[in-house]
Amino acid sequence: MSRRAGLPEAPLRVVNLGLEAFALDLAAEGVAVVHVDWRPPAGDPAVADWLDALDDDDDDA
Amino acid sequence: MPIRAVVKRSHYADSMALMRLATQLRAAPGVRQAAALMGTPANRQLLAEAGLGTADVAAGPGDLIVAVDAESAAAAEALLAGLDDLLRATVATAGGETAVRPRTLDSAVRQLGGANLACISLPGYAAAREARRALRRGLSVFLFSDNVPLEDEVRLKRLAVERGLLCMGPDCGTAYLHGTGLGFANVVPRGRVGCVAASGTGLQAVAARLAALGEGVSHGVGVGGRDLSAEVGGVMTRAALEALAADADTEVIVLLSKPPAASVLPELARAIEAIDKPVVVWGIGAPGASRPGHRVQTLDDAAACAAALRHGRPWHPASLADVPDATARLARWRGRPEPGGGRLLGLFAGGTLATEARALLEPLVGPVGLGGDADPRGARHEILDLGADEFTVGRLHPMLDPSLRADRLAAAGDDPSVGVVLADVVLGRGAHPDPAGALAEGARAALAAARRDGRRLAVVASVIGTAGDPQGYAGQVAALEGAGVEVLPSSAQAARYAALCLDPSLARRLLEAA
Repeated sequence: MSRRAGLPEAPLRVVNLGLEAFALDLAAEGVAVVHVDWRPPAGDPAVADWLDALDDDDDDA
Repeated sequence: MPIRAVVKRSHYADSMALMRLATQLRAAPGVRQAAALMGTPANRQLLAEAGLGTADVAAGPGDLIVAVDAESAAAAEALLAGLDDLLRATVATAGGETAVRPRTLDSAVRQLGGANLACISLPGYAAAREARRALRRGLSVFLFSDNVPLEDEVRLKRLAVERGLLCMGPDCGTAYLHGTGLGFANVVPRGRVGCVAASGTGLQAVAARLAALGEGVSHGVGVGGRDLSAEVGGVMTRAALEALAADADTEVIVLLSKPPAASVLPELARAIEAIDKPVVVWGIGAPGASRPGHRVQTLDDAAACAAALRHGRPWHPASLADVPDATARLARWRGRPEPGGGRLLGLFAGGTLATEARALLEPLVGPVGLGGDADPRGARHEILDLGADEFTVGRLHPMLDPSLRADRLAAAGDDPSVGVVLADVVLGRGAHPDPAGALAEGARAALAAARRDGRRLAVVASVIGTAGDPQGYAGQVAALEGAGVEVLPSSAQAARYAALCLDPSLARRLLEAA
């Protein structure tokens, strides 16, 4: 079911994955941000996709 | 050619840190070429294509490969022996060692509490999975990553719309939410103009011009360059228009489009028509004057038109905003004793700005080739988008590393066929700390070479930036002007002034008509 697309409410609370510079810029501006120490998934990508699909079924809040 | 490579097992670094490392390695004495990449199959292919493949290197996606091609085996080995120090210097974790750093999106969401946005700039192969996870957790997504498959983009955007969230991107370079810039963003005041943008540099150009006109941005929703394709169907553009239409902080909306698929146009036009706020539309093939919205030809005009509409003022497009200034510049140019003529060479960092410049120049000076390949029409003039993939394989984008562009600018001084060089300089968070400094050096060298050869050469530029940007607009303009560069207030105005330098008889059309 579609809902009207909403802009995230203020204040922004940001999870950053990837370029750390973006998290630092946001933090310098006073935005609440947590940078994820992300690593490439280990093992077979097909298994990771399958685990993700299971995760999606569980989490539909 | 001695090629040496080192693999650092389970050593992950983000792409910007790796590019900085590669740039440092390339600058070392005796080094011809160097690369630092994570060991994904695609990256290993890139290494092989760049002539840096070493068959005996075994590495997985979580391993870092550093490869060097040096003048001697000893030079390569010495450089790699010092790699750990270089890694510490260039791949340092600026967040400090004391903070507990979550390893997954879920743990970050728990740690932060109340998260409402995920900013994702992971490698393309991993980005869609994390974006989907974020959307399912109720977070809107700013997806900077490129190389995300089209079918993933379609699924992500459908999921976002189902959940009432935004999925900005993939390949979304810039966005603003509640006045806060995301990605490569100029520091602009918060205001009443909301933007929906298929182009990051397009959004930067409009936001910076709005700031120069005393206006600010409420939100700038990036949608990525493929949103208006038939496959994606413009879902995020329409969702963003709807969101800005309902937003109490937004009084005027600017839509920066890319050429939409024919199948997308009718719904896009209906979405614009349904909005009871003024909508300014820029983009070739976007709904035009006969359809809803105020259609404008340039990014400059998009900002000026939005500012006028916000205050209920009439607006008319102008070729050059400051006619007396352009007239005086042109008089100085005409008064120079050396012979004029020659062709135009555009050296651009922003792809959208390059495309806009070409569209403005062609009716004035004839065919302009775009890109590195020979133009099938045999165009004399040429614009290079140095941010395009063909120029950035294994290198930093010219917005991050201006050295390649500065070298090309300097070399233009030795090319007797070039009469005018046109360039853009993009400031803001994420961009190089002093892009004008590097370009000014290139311009100085080019202008000196042309003078020495008794040729007339003009270097014309615009600076996309604001006083609030880390680089500072005024200082960057002064650095360029100090080197003899003609700096105009916008990319469109710079393109038109470049045309005047090539053909002063255009003055009647561009100056007197205004």
